[in-house]
Amino acid sequence: MLHLVLFLIFGAICVAGAVNLLVQRHPINSALSLVAVMASLAVEYLLLGAEFVAAVQVIVYAGAIMVLFVFVIMLLNAGEEARTGGSRVAILFGIPGMLAGSLLVAWVLITHSGTQEVSAGALPGPPREIANLLFHDFLLPFEVTSVLVLIAIMGAVVLAARPESIEQQKREG
Amino acid sequence: MPDNYFARYLPILIHFSLAALLATAIVLLSWIIGYRRPTRAKLSPYECGMTPVGDARQRFSVKFYLVAMLFILFDVEAVFLYPWAVILRDLKMFGFWEMLVYIGIVLVGFFYIWKKGVLDWGGASTGRGEV
Amino acid sequence: MSLAFQASQALPRGTDYLRILPELVLSIFGMIIMVLDPVVDQRRNQKALGTLALIGSLAAIASTLWQARAPGLAFWNMVQVDTFSVFFHFLITTITAVVILTSYEYMEVQQIRVGEYYALILFGAVGMCLMSSAVELVLIFIALEISSISTYILAGFRRRAAISSEASIKYFLLGSFATAFFLYGVALMFGATGSTSIPTIEQHLRSGSIPVLAYVAIALMFVGLGFKVAAAPFHVWTPDVYEGAPAPIVGFMSTAPKAAVFAVLLRIMFQIHAPGRLGLIWVAAALSMTLGNIGALVQQNVKRLLAYSSIAHAGYLLVAFAALPQNGIPSAMFYTASYAAMNIGAFAVVSHFGGAGERYVTLEDYSGLGRRSPVLAAALTLFLLSLIGIPITAGFFAKFYVFSAALQANLVGLVIIGVINSAVAAYYYLRVIVVVYMHDPRDESVLPAVPLELGAALAITALTTIYLGLLPGRVLDYASRSAGDLLH
Repeated sequence: MLHLVLFLIFGAICVAGAVNLLVQRHPINSALSLVAVMASLAVEYLLLGAEFVAAVQVIVYAGAIMVLFVFVIMLLNAGEEARTGGSRVAILFGIPGMLAGSLLVAWVLITHSGTQEVSAGALPGPPREIANLLFHDFLLPFEVTSVLVLIAIMGAVVLAARPESIEQQKREG
Repeated sequence: MPDNYFARYLPILIHFSLAALLATAIVLLSWIIGYRRPTRAKLSPYECGMTPVGDARQRFSVKFYLVAMLFILFDVEAVFLYPWAVILRDLKMFGFWEMLVYIGIVLVGFFYIWKKGVLDWGGASTGRGEV
Repeated sequence: MSLAFQASQALPRGTDYLRILPELVLSIFGMIIMVLDPVVDQRRNQKALGTLALIGSLAAIASTLWQARAPGLAFWNMVQVDTFSVFFHFLITTITAVVILTSYEYMEVQQIRVGEYYALILFGAVGMCLMSSAVELVLIFIALEISSISTYILAGFRRRAAISSEASIKYFLLGSFATAFFLYGVALMFGATGSTSIPTIEQHLRSGSIPVLAYVAIALMFVGLGFKVAAAPFHVWTPDVYEGAPAPIVGFMSTAPKAAVFAVLLRIMFQIHAPGRLGLIWVAAALSMTLGNIGALVQQNVKRLLAYSSIAHAGYLLVAFAALPQNGIPSAMFYTASYAAMNIGAFAVVSHFGGAGERYVTLEDYSGLGRRSPVLAAALTLFLLSLIGIPITAGFFAKFYVFSAALQANLVGLVIIGVINSAVAAYYYLRVIVVVYMHDPRDESVLPAVPLELGAALAITALTTIYLGLLPGRVLDYASRSAGDLLH
């Protein structure tokens, strides 16, 4: 019971934070709502028994990724955004489509949550169990993520570089 | 999930509550007890004795962004070390090697950014600084 | 799922490494280039870095052929090497090699820094190869991310052109959104079946009733993957991205990642026996063919025209997914290979003709190409005829097999839509050929000679196009055997 109550409270905070993120006009306010979303998600993970993922959520998302967001906001010197009317496609198709999609998934989950589904808490959550999976069964995906990190490093450096300094000016003519 | 699952997180909950309580208390108390006689000088932003001029939000060098970005990448790498450290004894030597390969690959990236001069914040770039 | 950790059987064996050898080779060469890039003088070693990448991709082709002799699972049921994965490995590594050949001259002319470019192509190929052999949705997701992120970055490599940065950011934003859909689908599939391993999911779905959640999961995964192959209605990014990205990269990203994603789709749709696939694919295929061809009719920019054409071709290919497995799979595989040959060839011509800053990309610029450079014009004509589907080119048999597979599954409506669309498509491809041969050149200046590497790339793609158009038998046989492997 306590479980369900906590789940609903933090789920509500999470959704409210996400909506607030979208409606806020100042990027910093949006970024701070994102912190609320991330933190409440971490609690949700904890409620599902995923202790390690909850900790990583706080360390990586609420910690590191948010630092990056704040940096970017400063970097761009982003001020208050102008209100636009919103795209017509988004209003006509996007919002109804999203609502219909989430209602469908919710309906399926509520009406068809039979015995087949995996129950929360039955899955690996503590660091030791995660580690057994990560460094044995899922060893290959784990090692492959290092290639992903390399690509990200190169992408950051390439896209942040100034084009003039790379190319030979003299050939320009 | 063990029965005492939530009980195990009770200390953290107490910790968070205390932190929130303390923060609220400090702000509230200083607001209630404190004397407020604002003058113009007191209200101006504190800037080490200088008169503040212009907008505080200035454009930052792209290097800040790069460093933040690279920090995340190495942060993600470090996160993997926690579960690895937990079961290192069970994994024996193979576990050592698999992490060594992972760190070795990420170190290639570190070598790359080093040589690229991303970490070079001096005025005249010494390496083939292209950033 | 067993959570018990058995330390005794922990170590992977030699064959495990053999079964990921192409990926290992590509990663190692990618890392060597990455380390060399800031160390060596780029201006003098431009060609050397490219050659290193070429050697890497050739070594990957060789190791693919080597690993073909040791089929089986590796790394605790993560990766499966069989004729199916070998087919796609061979295709992807060959595409990588040919694209590197087409890039030599382009990089020189556009003055783009080369190190990261070649490293990213090789790393991207790692992801694509893994996608074709992975039988675990988690690994597929990571491989998909590797392949996607490297193409996002490659799309923005013309740093001096604003349009290229625009392409990169558009591709990145929409692409990450699509990947999120795929990931959500994977999560729901795990919720429905308790596993992310494709063979386990298949067993679970076969025994007993299919959970409704599995339908939702398949639909969400299809949305994510449909975006990556530019199938309508998830195609809107394609023209802008293809217009902005460097031409050789467009040749790369319209073929290699698509081949990899189609391999994943084949596994999900046929190996899992995806419930409810028919409706999804029917709509997506019909929409892609129609919207792609209608869009292409009004294009004046050759790159945009080929972008819309690639949407249409994704539609033709999806038709095969609606067919029965035993002839749907081989025809889809044959189509992927043929499309790769003709499309890379076409973009090789576009990248050479574009000149510095890709100045010459409109249809008008191509007028009189037949007189100015007969060889280029002939090659372009061959590729365009193949894209139409004229006999003795690869495109003919590709379409023929797909449509006959669809007819055997009684998909008459879809085939009719496909045939009408092929006729419409002939109009805009022929329009290019007419401009090339019938119009007077606007500019009589001599075109730069075709360098050796680009010539080799054109020769390889042209010969493959003709070979598949004359003797499709061997490739199709191999594809049919792969289909047997995939379905056990």
